[in-house]
Order: sequence, then C-alpha cells, then structure tokens
Amino acid sequence: MNLKEILVTTNKNNHLIDPQLHIWGWEVPVYLFLGGLAAGILLVAAMAIVYDKKKQLPYSYNKLALFAPISLSIGMLALFMDLEYKLHVFRFYTTFQITSPMSWGSWILMLFYPASILLTLATIREGWPQIYKLIKNIPLIEIIIKFSEEKIKLISYFSLPIATSLGVYTGILLSAYVARPFWNSSLIGPIFLVSGLSTGLAFVLLFTKDSSEHHIISKIDFGVIILEIVLIGLYIISMLSGAKIYHDSIHLILGGQMTTKFWVLFVGLGLFTPLILEFIELKGKVVPKAIPALLVLFGGLIFRFIMVSAGQISTWVVR
Amino acid sequence: MLKKRYAMVIDTRSCVGCGDCVVACKVENKVPEGFHRDWVVEETNGSFPDLNMEIRSERCNHCENPPCVYACPTGASHIKENTNITLVHHDLCTGCKACIAACPYDARFVHPEGYVSKCTFCDHRLEQGLKPACVSTCPTHCMHFGNLNNPFSKVSRLLRSRKWKVLTPEAGTKAMVYYLL
Repeated sequence: MNLKEILVTTNKNNHLIDPQLHIWGWEVPVYLFLGGLAAGILLVAAMAIVYDKKKQLPYSYNKLALFAPISLSIGMLALFMDLEYKLHVFRFYTTFQITSPMSWGSWILMLFYPASILLTLATIREGWPQIYKLIKNIPLIEIIIKFSEEKIKLISYFSLPIATSLGVYTGILLSAYVARPFWNSSLIGPIFLVSGLSTGLAFVLLFTKDSSEHHIISKIDFGVIILEIVLIGLYIISMLSGAKIYHDSIHLILGGQMTTKFWVLFVGLGLFTPLILEFIELKGKVVPKAIPALLVLFGGLIFRFIMVSAGQISTWVVR
Repeated sequence: MLKKRYAMVIDTRSCVGCGDCVVACKVENKVPEGFHRDWVVEETNGSFPDLNMEIRSERCNHCENPPCVYACPTGASHIKENTNITLVHHDLCTGCKACIAACPYDARFVHPEGYVSKCTFCDHRLEQGLKPACVSTCPTHCMHFGNLNNPFSKVSRLLRSRKWKVLTPEAGTKAMVYYLL
C-alpha cells in the first residue's frame, strides 16, 4: 500500500512559472550555444597563434578569430530578445554584483570583444584582404592593426583566459542555481567549456580548405569529444550519488521525459556519431568532410536546448 | 538600529484554505489579472479513507539567505536595509529572470510591465505600522506577523511553544515563513 500518495492543489497559475517553469525559451540556449562557440573559436585561434602554427593551421591562424565576435554578437542579440525589460539593458553595466554569475558574464563579454577584435585585426591583412581594403581608410585603424600585429602573441595570451572564462561562464550561469537541481552541479561549467571548444573545432573543420589542418583539428576534436563524454558520465554519476533531489532530477534523462532527446539526439547523434566518423576519417577512409562537423555543431546546440529545458523542469516544489 | 527579522507564522491547523489572503493581496497590491503574489496549497497525503490534509498559504519566504538577491546581475533584487525583506527596484530590473530561476519556491513572476514582481510582506503597510494585507484579512486568525528579534513578539512566542516547519530547508535559504504543525 502506498502511504505517500500526495495530491497537491493550488490556485497558483502564474504565466511562465506554473505549472512548470518556462521562463527561458529558445533565446537562452541559442545564446549559450553561440557564446560557447565564440569561446571555442577564440581558444582555437589563440592557441594556433601561441604555438606559431601559421603553416600547419592556416585557417585557424589567419581567418578564424573574425567569427568569435560575430558569433557572440548574434548570441547577445538572442539574449537581448529574452529580456523582458529591454530598455533597461544598460543596467548590466552600471554595476558589478560579485555574487551574480550573470553580472560576471556581462563584464566578461566586455573583455571578450576587445580581445577577439584585436586578434582579428592582427591577422586581417593576410586573412581577410577584402575586409582590410574596406576598413583601411577608417581613421586610426592602421595604428590599431599595426599595434595588434606587433602584440599578436600578447593578445593571444590574454585571449586564452578570457575565452576560457566565457566558456565556463555559459555553464556556471545555469549551475549556480540551487533551486534547479538538474543544473546545480559544478561539472556543468567544464562540460559547457569543452562542448564550446568542440563546436569551435567543428567550425574550423567545416570551413578550412587545407587538408593537413583538417586532419590535425579532426584529431584534436576527437580527443575533446572523448573528454566531453567522460565529463557527461561524471556529471551523471555525481547526480546519481547525490541527495534525493539530485537523484530525482537526473531521472529526467534516465527514463524521464528528456531521455530520448538526450541519448539519441545529443549523445548518439551529437557525440558518438561524429566521434566514430572522425575515427574512420583519421584511419584514412573517406568521409564527407562536413558531416562530423555539422553533427558536433548540432549536438552542441541540442545539448543546450535540453539542459535549459530540463533544468527548468527540475524543482524543489512538490507539484 | 537592531535589524528586524520579519517572520510570518501560519497555523496550518486553523487555516481553512478560504483564499481571503490571496484576494486581500491582489486588491492591496493591485496584482495584475492572471498573477498571484500569494497562493493556497492543499496537500493531501495518504490513500482513501486514511487521509490527512495540510493547507498552506504560501508566498515569497523573504529568506535570510536569499538566492534571488545573489543571482540578480543589476542589484534590482535587494534586501531592504535593517530587515530581511527582499524587494525589487523596478528601475534596475532588466527582466533577465535570473532571480526567478534562483527561487526554489517559484514565488516570483514577470509583471506585464516587464519587471519582476513578488510579495513584499506589504512593506508599504509595515511602514505605517500596519500588518501585511493577507495577515490583517485572515478570518480564522491563523496568520501572524512580527519581528523574531523581539523575544516577546507573538511570532517568537509561537515558534517557541509550537512545532513548526519551513519549506525546503535543505535549499539553505533560511526561509522566514513558518508553518505551525
């Protein structure tokens, strides 16, 4: 006999809150994806420069950085669209709230722009000659380009912690909420960083025309995907061995309503399929080049959709 | 000035779930249609015919360790000076909804005007020496309000003399709405 049958009735039916929290729709996962992608792109570009891989990784070295501020800007547009009081967006920048991950994030974004733009300018003459022609007449631009060319290594060194912070922040934004047990794991930050790095590498795989660069990046991405799988495994183990509330919340992907999406779309299509395809490719077999890259990007996006939506379902409130 | 630790103490044994507290709040605070700052939960445990029921009038818990305030990126969600009352500055709020995600009690909502809204413990009434509207209205007198830093206040005495609980203490929020059992 079930002694713990609980029936809860209430008049509470607030829009976006009840019966299930759904304050964040498509905008936040798209922002987290594009923010992670921007972080991954800047990490790859800065690493290529730090290790002087101009010849081996020509696309990453010369062209890639441009897409970091572009990706982030589209992401921030999505985030802006999520704000309920859009006119007050400037309020993020009239204060710094030390306990708020979102406040940290707002200021990290402001560091990310100068770093990624300077890194783009440092290689623009060679990487994007058409754009260079368009902008070279802007006052002071030549001085800035010269400065960034001279200090390219220094800018790259600065870019590494900034990009890492952005990548981790996209995860901590979710993991800092004690109220949402599905998110409330310190592994979420590293998972989002590694996933962002993987999408950054996939971006290179999609656009590089250099076959040796494709091979090297494919090899790195292979390792990064394995690392992501390990972190996802550790996250699930930590939730399963946690208190009841964590145990209950992870059930969302272990039999609950997000199970199929998580295992088929994310783990199956977004992690294991590109991993296997990249393995086959590295063994020398011919695989359509765009497929593993597109799958990694798809996996990164669907992962953020699943995370944002599952976290909002998980709750302390008995319903 | 000694900090005021405002607490609401609600006797679940006297509450009949009439919903007057909900109506009083809606009228007093002009809460827009379709939204509630407080609500009544009826929780039935067991299987027929062996049942027990608890009725709770719920709202923002004005936590002493408020995760909503910690999550707010602009300082809009804040603790009123010398109290534990958490409030929202409408002018600072961007409607990012971080505080809503942070609240384990789902006590907040987005006001149709764009900012986040919730129970204020009727701060404007407290300033006039009145009690919150829900407490003043309660026909069974099951709701009590006062300062826990005053050992002789009704709420302090009730919490010393009766068994009580707060909602999800495991979340570490130090909720200040107490339920007498």
